[in-house]
Amino acid sequence: MDNENGNSAVTPLPACPAPIGRHGSIQMAHGGGGRVSQELLESLFRPAFANPVLDERHDGAFLTVGGEQLAFTTDSHVVSPLFFPGGDIGKLAVCGTVNDLAMCGARPLWLSAGFILEEGLPLETLSRVVESMRVAAAEAGVQLVTGDTKVVDRGKGDGLYINTAGIGRIEHGVSGPAHIRPGDAILLSGDLARHGIAVMALREGLAFEGEIRSDCASLSGPVLALLEAGLEIHCLRDLTRGGLATALVEIAATADVVCRIEENLIPVEETVRGVCEILGLDPLHVANEGCFIAFLPAEQTADAVKILARFDGTSGARVIGSVASEAAKGRGNVVMESAIGVDRPVDMLSGEQLPRIC
Amino acid sequence: MKYIDEYRDAQAARRYARAIADTVTRPWKIMEVCGGQTHSIVRFGIEALLPREITLIHGPGCPVCVTPLELIDKAVELASRPEVILCSFGDMLRVPGSRTDLLTVKAGGGRVRVVYSPMNALEIARAEPESEVVFFAVGFETTAPANAMAVFQAERLKVKNFSMLVSHVLVPPAMEAILSAPDNRVQGFLGAGHVCTVMGLEEYPPLARRYRVPIVVTGFEPLDILQGIYLCVRQLEEGRAEVENQYSRSVRPEGNRRAVEIMRAVFEVGPRKWRGIGEIPHSGLRLREAYGLYDAERRFGLADTAGSEPEACISGLVLRGIRKPFECPAFGTRCTPERPLGAPMVSSEGACAAYYRYRRSDGDPVSAGARENSDEKGT
Repeated sequence: MDNENGNSAVTPLPACPAPIGRHGSIQMAHGGGGRVSQELLESLFRPAFANPVLDERHDGAFLTVGGEQLAFTTDSHVVSPLFFPGGDIGKLAVCGTVNDLAMCGARPLWLSAGFILEEGLPLETLSRVVESMRVAAAEAGVQLVTGDTKVVDRGKGDGLYINTAGIGRIEHGVSGPAHIRPGDAILLSGDLARHGIAVMALREGLAFEGEIRSDCASLSGPVLALLEAGLEIHCLRDLTRGGLATALVEIAATADVVCRIEENLIPVEETVRGVCEILGLDPLHVANEGCFIAFLPAEQTADAVKILARFDGTSGARVIGSVASEAAKGRGNVVMESAIGVDRPVDMLSGEQLPRIC
Repeated sequence: MKYIDEYRDAQAARRYARAIADTVTRPWKIMEVCGGQTHSIVRFGIEALLPREITLIHGPGCPVCVTPLELIDKAVELASRPEVILCSFGDMLRVPGSRTDLLTVKAGGGRVRVVYSPMNALEIARAEPESEVVFFAVGFETTAPANAMAVFQAERLKVKNFSMLVSHVLVPPAMEAILSAPDNRVQGFLGAGHVCTVMGLEEYPPLARRYRVPIVVTGFEPLDILQGIYLCVRQLEEGRAEVENQYSRSVRPEGNRRAVEIMRAVFEVGPRKWRGIGEIPHSGLRLREAYGLYDAERRFGLADTAGSEPEACISGLVLRGIRKPFECPAFGTRCTPERPLGAPMVSSEGACAAYYRYRRSDGDPVSAGARENSDEKGT
């Protein structure tokens, strides 16, 4: 990185970038997956480690080793509570990394796991988590081949944190925002916001009729099925922290296109929608752990929907919008036709999601 | 989803928009009082359906926005004390005080907890008797009964380590302050539906008569708001100034008597400072003497601080409907949801945050471009 004098030999730490500057310390919002996270990434990590692979800004890194194209990614899991309806930290740790590899269009092969355990954690809890990881890895067809364990003093960890990293092989060519074409359809794999609301409901002791289950699942099966069918998948993105809105805004900005979606086409389960309405949360900003969007030529969407219907977690896949023509104004933005038929911009999540007062 | 989808129907919305256009003959300025209505208007793009004669002015009904700076500073001071657990609704955490906000205090080790109900705070007080638990009681007539109930229960259960930092405000005095200001532009109101669900309608006819303004108590879904505007415009065009209840599926004329009873038992009316607007007589609630023990300001001997708002922030003008958010030079540049200068950029119900998220400028290039597109498609 060049400094002001064009001298790249010694790079001073960047001048305190804005979000860090305002707070002087890390806030929860820095990990929220929204714009504040983005700013931390762009102002601190990216300049520090700048290289061509990192600069592709994908969910994982694309590497070429001896003529073989690989994808490499990592993800840390700090969810509290450790167990929630539809999953647990172990399943999440395996699926999270498997899904990042799947979004690179890669077949997941190997995982590492780093466990940070808090003194006093019941062994029974740990073995439940490990068993859940074993099952999730087997289902995703991935092997856990290396790992590490550390223990911290009681009170210094939430019971258990897990980091996983993964390597996968790219067998069907590379996709990404740069491959998106005007007119592409935007396909959403399933209903939104279940993971975020399931965890929040449990954590905050919110009671309502009907259980909300996290959508936590491996996406590698459905994605590989799309690729193996020869569909031209131009870009894939899983909708984790920050939700659909954040993913779309990032992609629209990187690809320099206008993404248009329709509110009435976006599926949100009724109970989840009710909780979002009550708490003033936008389902478009809530985290998912088993949902993705795919950009592909409009004429291939019927086949894609048919293929995805074979898998439990993606049987509700549907087209929610498209990429506008090159002549469209406001490139780099996402526009949504609201329920009453009026266009409005979609913004990424700002900081953390905070429930409103009334 | 029942009670939601039928009020977001695009065809019905267009029918109401047409009815409004057919009724209106000259320009009218209508204020929606409640921040929840502002949020809906901007989120669903309701203004795009209205004829150019109708201007919506966004009112001061966002509790986060009008909680005075001094109270935020007091909350910050309390949260910084090692013995205190400060419990608050989520949106208050990002609101800037004169020096810092509660999220920053939390990151620095202050015990700040997000709760969903004042009763959660009371439960925390019972579970952690060695800590002082303070609930930051903000909001309008909507949240006051539940907050009153928490104090009432604290006394009944003899919970000694529970208190409230009270910043309650009342809607009708604020409407009166707006109407009596020399620069007032408001000709009709969409009244705050949820406030009236609690309080009923009886406070409004005197206002409608004295200031000759129609007041249509209105709900929060797009069709509620369009119908509210339609009823208001019809009154304006016909020269009437009456109280009408658009939100009759929730609002009964007498309100919720039990809720009002508990509220009046615990709180009394007093003057209250509104952020950006100033002090309005009889516009706030404070704890009655009999419940003085639960008043955090008294319990901790908190003195008023002399904080001042950032000069660039015009939130007072925005809250009184004199300026639109994008008329502020700091809007979207020096002031964003990540770095708010004023409270209306914080809450999802604040006009500035709603405009920032859903509508960047008057002639928003994004929507304008997109609209051209959809015209091509013939939608």
